Amino acid sequence: MIEKHELSTVETAETEPVADPGLPEHEPRPTDVDEAAERRAERQVATFFGLSALCTLLFIVSYLVFKVGDEPTVKLGFGLSTPALGATLGLALLLIGVGTIQWARKLMGDHEIMEFRHPGASSQEDRDDTVAILALGAEESGIARRPLIRNSLLGAVGVLLLAPVMALRDLGPLPGDKLFHTIWKKGMRVVQDVDGTPIKPADMEVGQLINGEPAIFFEHDADGEPKIEGVELNQEKAKAAVIIVKMQPGDIKAAKGRENWGVNGVLCYSKICTHVGCPISLWEQQTHHLLCPCHQSTFDLADNGRVVFGPAARPVPQLPLAVDDEGYLIATSDFTEPVGPSFWERG
Amino acid sequence: MRLTQKTSHRIAGRLSAGRRSRIAAPLVLLLGLLVTGGMYAALSPATAQTKTADEDTVAKGRALFLVGCASCHGKNAEGIQTVKGGQYGPTLVGVGAAAVDFQVGTGRMPMAQPSTQALRKAPVYDAGEIEALAAFVSSLGPGPNVPESSQYDVKQSSNEDIVRGGEFFRTNCTACHNFAGSGGALPRGRFAPKLTGVSAKHMYEAMLTGPQQMPVFSDQVLSPTDKRQIISYLKKNEETPAYGGFSLGSVGPVSEGLVAWLVGLGSLVGAAIWIAANSARSRKKAQA
Amino acid sequence: MTDTIAKSNGKQPAKAGKPSKAGAAATWADDRLGMAGMAKKNLRKVFPDHWSFMLGEIALWSFVVLLLTGVFLTLWFRPSMVEVVYDGSYDQLRGIPMSEAYKSSLDISFDVRAGLLMRQIHHWAAMVFVGSMMIHLLRVYFTGAFRKPRELNWVIGCVLLLLGTLEGFTGYSLPDDLLSGTGLRAADGFMKASPVVGSYMSFFLFGGEFPGSSIIPRLYTAHVLLIPGLLLALIAAHMLLLVYHKHTQWPGPGRTEHNVVGFPMLPVYMAKAGGFFFVVFGVLTLMGGFLSINPVWRFGPYNPAEVTAGSQPDWYMGWPDGALRIMPNWETHLWGITVSWNVMVPILILPPLMLMILISLPFVEAWITGDKREHHLLERPRNAPTRTAVMVALMTFYGLLWAAGGNDIIATHLRLSINQITYFMRGAVFIGPVIAFLITRRWCISLQRHDNETLLHGYESGVIMRDAQGGYSERHLPLPVARAYTLTARDRDQIFVPESEADANGVASPTARKDKVRAALAKYWYGSNIQKPTRAQLEAAHHHAEIEHDHERALENSADGHQFDGRHDVSGEELTTKH
Repeated sequence: MIEKHELSTVETAETEPVADPGLPEHEPRPTDVDEAAERRAERQVATFFGLSALCTLLFIVSYLVFKVGDEPTVKLGFGLSTPALGATLGLALLLIGVGTIQWARKLMGDHEIMEFRHPGASSQEDRDDTVAILALGAEESGIARRPLIRNSLLGAVGVLLLAPVMALRDLGPLPGDKLFHTIWKKGMRVVQDVDGTPIKPADMEVGQLINGEPAIFFEHDADGEPKIEGVELNQEKAKAAVIIVKMQPGDIKAAKGRENWGVNGVLCYSKICTHVGCPISLWEQQTHHLLCPCHQSTFDLADNGRVVFGPAARPVPQLPLAVDDEGYLIATSDFTEPVGPSFWERG
Repeated sequence: MRLTQKTSHRIAGRLSAGRRSRIAAPLVLLLGLLVTGGMYAALSPATAQTKTADEDTVAKGRALFLVGCASCHGKNAEGIQTVKGGQYGPTLVGVGAAAVDFQVGTGRMPMAQPSTQALRKAPVYDAGEIEALAAFVSSLGPGPNVPESSQYDVKQSSNEDIVRGGEFFRTNCTACHNFAGSGGALPRGRFAPKLTGVSAKHMYEAMLTGPQQMPVFSDQVLSPTDKRQIISYLKKNEETPAYGGFSLGSVGPVSEGLVAWLVGLGSLVGAAIWIAANSARSRKKAQA
Repeated sequence: MTDTIAKSNGKQPAKAGKPSKAGAAATWADDRLGMAGMAKKNLRKVFPDHWSFMLGEIALWSFVVLLLTGVFLTLWFRPSMVEVVYDGSYDQLRGIPMSEAYKSSLDISFDVRAGLLMRQIHHWAAMVFVGSMMIHLLRVYFTGAFRKPRELNWVIGCVLLLLGTLEGFTGYSLPDDLLSGTGLRAADGFMKASPVVGSYMSFFLFGGEFPGSSIIPRLYTAHVLLIPGLLLALIAAHMLLLVYHKHTQWPGPGRTEHNVVGFPMLPVYMAKAGGFFFVVFGVLTLMGGFLSINPVWRFGPYNPAEVTAGSQPDWYMGWPDGALRIMPNWETHLWGITVSWNVMVPILILPPLMLMILISLPFVEAWITGDKREHHLLERPRNAPTRTAVMVALMTFYGLLWAAGGNDIIATHLRLSINQITYFMRGAVFIGPVIAFLITRRWCISLQRHDNETLLHGYESGVIMRDAQGGYSERHLPLPVARAYTLTARDRDQIFVPESEADANGVASPTARKDKVRAALAKYWYGSNIQKPTRAQLEAAHHHAEIEHDHERALENSADGHQFDGRHDVSGEELTTKH
């Protein structure tokens, strides 16, 4: 056995610059030769295990003593429950681990032993036999002789794969034109998010930012129920959220056709980044730049939402504004382009 | 509350408009006396600086301004333009007392030198000097006044106020200042500062005046109540115990990842090295 | 040599214990299961001892911790997007409408004792799980342990890394807080950027328009059933192959390609590995107790109109996020369609490409070197300079993108500009890996050179000699045989040489062109490596050293002095003693 293996080495021992001196002799540990050291190690390991049990008990005590919920136990600005439970359980586990490893290192036999390796491959004989069995199986089934059966089976299994694909169709509805529209429409008031206050442009100061939503999110129907709520609200919000900013009218470089989209320096833009859709409201009032905190796309709101930096490719869409009879901001139409991240059929 | 705020704006406006007329001085004096007299009774001394825009204070403020501020903002606080058309120091006409109180009170002004952003530091002027500077600047044109302590007194906030403040905070503030008010990055080396350890008054003033790149959140849209609710939420967070242990800077997954590698993997790899390390060897031969 | 092996093999014969109750139970079981045969073979299976062999174990044990803590969390977590109003113990959110998933996450954090601890252990374990898989992968690569016959286990490991990452991402998304919702929002953007079917994929995954009401339950199924099932199966396969191949080992005295030297499974390795499980669990529990992670209550419930500064994914998703951040804003609008290169390249193309590169590394190397032998002895990274340099280049690429993923945090904490960091990274991700590759390769080669120096001229003893002319030199002493053998226990590189392009009849070889490429690559792969000295070179050098040593002995004040190196007993000796 050993002979055979040595013959298959790449370089024979003669050409090796240094001959293999063989496994070194075993060196005893203090615990192998000194009984006092051995007993000390034994006590040490047992102490670890004992302390671990103590920590587990303390864990149980902490569980019962430290409160969570309405009136949590607090010390030094920390809720005590989690750190106390973590410390006791962590140490209980750690001490078992340390003790066991120390046991292995100090007291278990530490003679290195050797095992021979065997080639990963099967023997040629086994391979030949397997091939023969496979051939026999193919022969007995007649899979090679009966192509009609074989091919029709393959075809049937292939077609069968369509079934799970089809069965997954109802995962969701088709997009239709949903990505092209938002809930904004002509005459809808632009209100402040959270409390739904309508906005008068005259109340805004230069440099002001308002995080806005369409008024319908805060409206109730005849029964006093919100017109939109829950999942539907989140879906609409994910497209319709806006920011309203006021700049010096002279700073604004409105593109052709957008001259009337603002009211006295008040402009309204989609809050949804055109990159991958994070809400963006990080507006610098002096530079008029709007930064997305997710991937740092930067848009110039004084210049039609043009991209000035970052990975976003398209300007952030602008919502055309006007004021209604009471002097509150309203949208004059939906966004004129799809908001949010790009998609294939967007155009 | 909103009403008082508006009235005081108007008073400030009239004051500066009539400043150059001959009867201005006695009028200012009279008004000042009236306002101070009325307010002193109602307000604690700490915030009594609000309406004491009397001539002496303005004069003192002007003197301080000429020494400490005029080199950037101009002798009459009209601002200094750079050659390229940028602003060396912006005009302070119309920024109001609140802006002065915030900028000088948080040590951001005076700046040591022009830079990307004025940093928070120990204030250079004492309370009286800040009051004088504020009085001088607000005498130049109408602007928001230093808020009254009742406007940002978080003690009167109920838990509903705090919850609502949280909603306002997440909608309006977290994008720049981060979920825990730990601050965040802005373009070109600027940043939104930390909100922890900032006084309620300064938070209120920052929202009201929009210092530096921060947008303005005027009282007409984000009402004084809304602002107080936001401040209450932040102050409540500051006194909420750390339930999960050390916060790692509350900057999100980046610091968590760093700790996972340095502390978690660091200590576990260390343990692996210990487990596989050879223990001490003895030169004595085994007795057996 | 044969003697030593024979001596060290099989220390003590197993003794049959006295018949006992346990013995009777074992007999009962073996009568039905017949396990004794397999147990006999495997209970004393040898595992070599080296710290770097336990890195994969960190991954294994943190996976076990994930299973345990995960089961705990499922007892309270409700994967539902139904809107409820919070009425729990956390004041700042009471009365706010939120999804049931987020509410139950808050309940676990505030109203279940040890709930927050388990959540934090689970999250830390996930971070450590992926991290330890990665350092394990690096160890396997840098030491050449992926070579034949272990290529398939390398592939399995790469798939495990991918699955672990996906498992982490699905878990990150489950609590439905503002941060995880922002992550899903970005994932929706990624899907929509896919060519042709993007918006359909998004609508199918979210069960309608983002965010819909289906995504959390669907991710939950993937997170607790689908992916863990695959992970378990692949981990089992990974370890079965490890047992079948037997562990690789470092070369050294008595350690050859044909044996494996180390401690037996029972009891030493079992104790060490079992103990390590408790250490891993203990460390993760301490982290869970003291270090806050993912404080979902601070983020608030997901709201598509809110976002926070510092919106980042967990670290293992950081590098594609970094690629996304520094990608130029390229988008093509043609014939009514939109192709979003700015999202496709960093997210849909780069990560799969990196995975493909990773999986193919063993096969590419084997093809270039033409090495078809089995390898069970590890190579030091320096002895495979090009291989080492390839991985360091990949690591540099990864690391730069990773840093780019935290550019806003770097900007605020180091007072830099995110714009400048981004511009820098755009160049650095291309230049950095090349520089790292060249430096690493040359560094390895000079380390090889240093090894040869040590072999030929001995190690630096620290003893400074002054000769008669007043010059100083350091005495070099010959290496101990064991160390010298270990240093030389490596292959001589054999550069692939193509056979002549045309055979005797002038017919061009069909693989001539491929062979030429391969030869050129192999030459670059090995070309500059330093080969170990031959026996003749070694003997000549030692002979030379002996002559010099003899010369010095003749000098008046020569001293050997190496006994003063601190490792020898020097009582009664003086440096000036003549030899």
